[in-house]
Amino acid sequence: MFGNTTLTQFLFGRLSLEAIPYHEPILIVTFIAVAIGGIAMLALITKYKLWGYLWTEWFTSVDHKKIGIMYIVLAIIMLLRGFADAIMMRIQQAIAFNGSEGYLNPHHYDQIFTAHGVIMIFFVAMPFVTGFMNYVVPLQIGARDVSFPFLNNFSFWMTTAGAVIIMMSLFVGEFARTGWLAYPPLSGADYSPGVGVDYYIWGLQVAGIGTTLSGINLIATIVKMRAPGMTFMKMPIFTWTSLCTNVLIVATFPILTATLALLSLDRYVGTNFFTNDLGGNPMMYINLIWIWGHPEVYILVLPAFGIFSEVVATFSGKRLFGYASMVYATCVIMILSYIVWLHHFFTMGAGASVNAFFGITTMIISIPTGAKMFNWLFTMYRGRIRYELPMYWTIGFMVTFVIGGMTGVMLAIPPADFVLHNSLFLIAHFHNVIIGGVLFGLMAGVVYWWPKAFGYKLDKFWGLISFWCWQIGFFVAFMPLYVLGLMGVTRRVNQFEDPSLQIWFVIAAIGAGIIACGIGAFIIQLVVSFMRRDQLRETSGDPWDGRTLEWSTSSPPPDYNFAFTPVVHDHDSWYDMKLRGYERPLGGFKPIHMPKNTGTGIVLAGISIVFAFAMIWYIWWLAAISFIAMVATAIGHTFNYNRDFHIPAETVTATEDARSKLLAERT
Amino acid sequence: MSQTQAQTHGADNGKPQFYLTEDHHPEGSTMLGFWLYLMSDCLIFAVLFATHGVLGRNYAAGPSPADLFDLPLVALNTAMLLFSSITYGFAMLQMERGAKIETLFWLGVTGVFGAAFLSLELYEFNHLIHEGAGPTRSAFLSSFFTLVGTHGLHVTFGIIWLITLMVQVGRHGLIEANKRRLMCLSMFWHFLDVVWIGVFSFVYLMGVLG
Repeated sequence: MFGNTTLTQFLFGRLSLEAIPYHEPILIVTFIAVAIGGIAMLALITKYKLWGYLWTEWFTSVDHKKIGIMYIVLAIIMLLRGFADAIMMRIQQAIAFNGSEGYLNPHHYDQIFTAHGVIMIFFVAMPFVTGFMNYVVPLQIGARDVSFPFLNNFSFWMTTAGAVIIMMSLFVGEFARTGWLAYPPLSGADYSPGVGVDYYIWGLQVAGIGTTLSGINLIATIVKMRAPGMTFMKMPIFTWTSLCTNVLIVATFPILTATLALLSLDRYVGTNFFTNDLGGNPMMYINLIWIWGHPEVYILVLPAFGIFSEVVATFSGKRLFGYASMVYATCVIMILSYIVWLHHFFTMGAGASVNAFFGITTMIISIPTGAKMFNWLFTMYRGRIRYELPMYWTIGFMVTFVIGGMTGVMLAIPPADFVLHNSLFLIAHFHNVIIGGVLFGLMAGVVYWWPKAFGYKLDKFWGLISFWCWQIGFFVAFMPLYVLGLMGVTRRVNQFEDPSLQIWFVIAAIGAGIIACGIGAFIIQLVVSFMRRDQLRETSGDPWDGRTLEWSTSSPPPDYNFAFTPVVHDHDSWYDMKLRGYERPLGGFKPIHMPKNTGTGIVLAGISIVFAFAMIWYIWWLAAISFIAMVATAIGHTFNYNRDFHIPAETVTATEDARSKLLAERT
Repeated sequence: MSQTQAQTHGADNGKPQFYLTEDHHPEGSTMLGFWLYLMSDCLIFAVLFATHGVLGRNYAAGPSPADLFDLPLVALNTAMLLFSSITYGFAMLQMERGAKIETLFWLGVTGVFGAAFLSLELYEFNHLIHEGAGPTRSAFLSSFFTLVGTHGLHVTFGIIWLITLMVQVGRHGLIEANKRRLMCLSMFWHFLDVVWIGVFSFVYLMGVLG
């Protein structure tokens, strides 16, 4: 490795000026736009002297509510990047006909579809979902924070570090051209010699550490920190789905970590796990990655199911229909999701018996999912339904998701899959369930819990525009892909020969444009609501006549969440408390024991970025130094025994009195 | 949680109790959290074992376990690790008694056994590589080096952690926080022992039988 290197090679590894993609005008324009935007933002933060505030109140915070919000901010920023990739692909495919090569060459196009998949799953859906679980779960179970607050902050920054590593690939070097799961042998050293796959590996490895630790943290929180009286069968459904999701995270992300580690050994050391020669077996990778990959889709959708359950019960003014069956359905999905992975590669030689087994297990999953759908419908049946924004998203989800579920059952039939696999039919199917299920759920969650987090409701007009653009745009964008898939068009194609296909791609591109309007309207909604926050102000803490404990405290909740730990008697415990004449405690407050902020998380994540960058570019000395720095920082952190403080009783009293005053003004 | 029921508020006026007026102390989550971490780590080993199960006979016309493994050496190595687990147990017994010096002594002995284990493993690796049986030779050797090496890496971090804890116990004594940390490392150390028994049985013994 150190044989005949020159000093430059020693210092910079394989990094050189060639790595800056100045011959790609699209990237240069993007870079200039990002640079100007970034500099403007940094300048504004400096001008208004916000650095200290951001550092002490947010970056180093161990408060689960702030960490949850930061996760969601990360997700929304990355959504813009991921969507930019999507619309570029749609435009390329709409115009690359009749001999035209479009405006994206294959080298660039392949990076875009890989980045789109990686970013949307790992850096949009995952942080979005984790953000909600972080924000909502401790409030719903009546806890003051998660089990391991420092770990929580560290997890967030590791996820962010992963996102930063992926974003760096846009401007320094290149990204993987392998598709979002980087199948070998294509992703091996022989066929992908550049830095693209290394960016992919290290971005996911760094973020994966954060995800696994956050999963452990939330399981421990749900199991150990519930308020007295809240037995498992009295937990809110969102907490239940979060528990199952985090069990899946802890049970699958280590597999991803190990699999990617083996791929890195193949690439860095020259081992033969997934190579074509010397005994390697690429199918081993494909099995392992999908043993992680299939539960991953349930990691994303279960919390969304939880959000819909909360929303449906609240806005129908009824207890959720079939609470117990909902819990069992969630647990059954959790277990089944682990034994269906092979349906992702029916065509790759497993044989009829194995395919039949996995086809059947896959179809069985639709039973608990269908049970959930009926539970939501029966909750609405004879309910007093209020058509607020979260309810729109929920009904939109129910219509859209059922279609996606049915095409999923079609794909689960192995003989049909032999025709449909790898086609745009598959692309349409999984966008149908991920947009219609996960994304609609997350949007419902944003409008539902926004007043809790910020103390004012979101503007309904712009919210409706956003909803309808997403809903209509989704169908316009993806129904043509079903058609194209049935016509035999495969995924990941850069240009087309057959002009009769073009019209469908043009329609799909228009659909993507409508979705772009939906995203725009969502951002306008946030801005407009912020400007009108005084009119939209919500002082009761319970704007929707909620049913679970997060609505019993103020909006936004105080640092300590609950002045006194609630005692739970029934599920829908806040509704139960309201029904039975709960009176807010007004005095006798005690000092509250809380964890202190720490900057170790952000420092460790920063060093991880340096380490990953050094590994990607073969800058071995920097990798060694940053690795040692990481271990030393972590050890140094353990020498700090003084991690807690007490919020004095006077502060608690003052906070609670201020709320009493607000509540008195309402009546 | 049971004793907190008695301290809840509002029981006297007929309404149910809606909140505690006393401080609520949920039982510590550290042990559960650490168990969960160990199980996640166990999955990493599960992947490596599975990979070895699939690729472990792919010699690519290269050496097989019977050609390579020196079982007496591996048995000695295994003994080192098992002894280190016993001595860690002694350290925990001394910790329960509150005997700081004795605890530190047994932790030190554990570290020495761990280091002996690592040295023997490195000697074995070095020997194999010099015989031309390095990790790039065949899929069998790739999976062998990765599985055994990952275990060795864990032991290395265990020793770094052990030294850190010895410094901390030396400085602050057997306070509650340190006891909790020693418990965590204890679970980690025994976990590595269990994994090694799997390695010894499935990789070495069954490999040589092969």
